Amino acid sequence: MAQTAKKQDQTTGGFEHHPLDDLLRTDRIPHIWCPGCGIGPTFSATLRGILASGVDLGSTVMVSGIGCSGRAAGYVKLDSYHTTHGRAIPFATGMKLANPKLNVVVFSGDGDLFAIGGNHFIHAARRNMDLTVICVNNLNYGMTGGQAAATTPHMAKTTTTPKGNPERPFNLPLLAFAAGATFVARWTVLHGRDLMESVQAAMTRRGFSFIEVLAPCPINYGRRNKELPLVTLRNYQVNTIIKNEASPAELAASGSGPIVLGRFVDENRESFLSQYDKTYRPQLAPAGKE
Amino acid sequence: MNYWRVPLDAEVIPLTRGQVHVVEDRCKGCGYCIAYCPKKVLAPSEHYNKKGYHPPLVAKPADCVNCHYCESICPEFAIFSVEIPCSPDADRKDAA
Repeated sequence: MAQTAKKQDQTTGGFEHHPLDDLLRTDRIPHIWCPGCGIGPTFSATLRGILASGVDLGSTVMVSGIGCSGRAAGYVKLDSYHTTHGRAIPFATGMKLANPKLNVVVFSGDGDLFAIGGNHFIHAARRNMDLTVICVNNLNYGMTGGQAAATTPHMAKTTTTPKGNPERPFNLPLLAFAAGATFVARWTVLHGRDLMESVQAAMTRRGFSFIEVLAPCPINYGRRNKELPLVTLRNYQVNTIIKNEASPAELAASGSGPIVLGRFVDENRESFLSQYDKTYRPQLAPAGKE
Repeated sequence: MNYWRVPLDAEVIPLTRGQVHVVEDRCKGCGYCIAYCPKKVLAPSEHYNKKGYHPPLVAKPADCVNCHYCESICPEFAIFSVEIPCSPDADRKDAA
């Protein structure tokens, strides 16, 4: 009897619901992500950031590519698109150019955005396309069974590198900065509030915003590298420092020193659309704006 | 609360109070909320939800300060806290 009362006390009892339920397709929850997956906290921080930015949800669109994090588009109750592998950014670019009123968020993984979609990423950053790109970096190809990716740290074990990864991984913030992104940040899943604030800032500004989120992949990456999920989180807590406006060149995520987190770049540069309008559709460009 | 240095107005400022809600059937038992609750409000439980995982047990509900960290770290949208409105004088030991 007492146990039932206790149980009822801690369930929601039907009268309260999760604050993000309005933005979720709750009939599809629980989602497919493994226990302890870092996509969940990233996704929830993204949704909270979108809510906090106060943008019109009716004209906010989420685009994902393929991979575990690509499933996010299927769980959000906004207009959302699950595109072909690596093509989330070109799809989002097309949508933004066709209807400049939209706020377009690209939510995808490191494999999708930086391996098969790497070329699209650098060109959208170069053009300063008005997109918010959130990259869940779990250091491997999680959905296909944990193969080595462009972000797998040196000597990390994966299915395709059983003796350790001989390659050097991408430094994503440096790549984004070098390609021309005007807002670059990196957080981990533990820094939910900072991540939310970065998403909020990215949503309310114009230009290409890139946010990298380090996320544990306990089943496919952690297991092969003898890292329990709580050990990975402990690493994020102990082995990171927050250094806003750090130079992107010193941000390699897998060096010997601590991982640098923070908001690294936030500069104003004209977005692609306003430059295009100025050059080719001067009658449309608002005079002296942006 | 254990402070490294006690703020001068610690007596006067009321702490927020929260009530933790667990949507048990969404939980996949990763244990992040239990490990990272700053007030150690949550504990592992013995019972199962309908998917066969152990959802967290709200062991010390009175200690919750409504920081929303469990809500932020939960990968499953399965836990959240709601502020309990407290009367302004409830925590003041000596109202000035």
